[in-house]
Amino acid sequence: MSETRSSARRPLSPFMIGPYYKPQLTSMLSITHRIMGVALAVGSFLLAWWFYAVAAGPESYATFLSCADTLVGRVVLAGFIFGTIYHTLNGIRHLLWDIGWGFEIKQVYASGYVMVTLAVLGTLAAWYCAFFRGGA
Amino acid sequence: MSLRNPLATARGLGSAKDGTGTFLAERLSALALVPLTLWFLWSALGHFGGGYADTRSFLAQPMNASLAAAFVLLLYYHAALGLQVVIEDYVHVRWLEITALIAVKLLFSFAALVCLLAVIRITLGG
Repeated sequence: MSETRSSARRPLSPFMIGPYYKPQLTSMLSITHRIMGVALAVGSFLLAWWFYAVAAGPESYATFLSCADTLVGRVVLAGFIFGTIYHTLNGIRHLLWDIGWGFEIKQVYASGYVMVTLAVLGTLAAWYCAFFRGGA
Repeated sequence: MSLRNPLATARGLGSAKDGTGTFLAERLSALALVPLTLWFLWSALGHFGGGYADTRSFLAQPMNASLAAAFVLLLYYHAALGLQVVIEDYVHVRWLEITALIAVKLLFSFAALVCLLAVIRITLGG
């Protein structure tokens, strides 16, 4: 009896990206949060390389810098900075939702717009510090 | 007394009865990572562009070394938990899912170890 019930194909709600829903701020920020999380997780091995290089000595560090100071390295670093700021700020929204705060649809949109604004401004400021003021 | 058929639970008609711990671990590590990430970003932009000696002496200061150690440990823990959720959501070929889950645990544990030993070496001056 339970055999037939358990093997029955149950309907699933459609995935948020695809023909069933139009793109919305909420779903786009959500999937971007995931994508950034995965990208940061993969990129975090570069952070391990950096820590290793600092510990291993000036020559290792110079090797790291020679790779980081290329066009590809700079693009990766720029992406890293944006992803970190975005995932951190949007993560604060998720943490607040987890304690039940701001879960009304109007509040979700408001915090979404605030987060995007802060993420863009923060990223531009960090890019300026990193690339034009002689940082990183 | 439960009327639920045990087979129903095993076949996916009921919850696994655990997982809250993993859920909380992801949130708590996230909570701690908010200030730690901002600290690291701030440090990176302010101190890590000044050459090898400056970078190393900055990280070698006891409080900075402690923060860096906490940052990397929680970072790789949180990353592994997050990837676990993504893999479980999207990888539907069972052997591939298991392989990916194991690979994530091992790789991120190792990365955390590399960073932690690096921080220890930097602060103790090896």
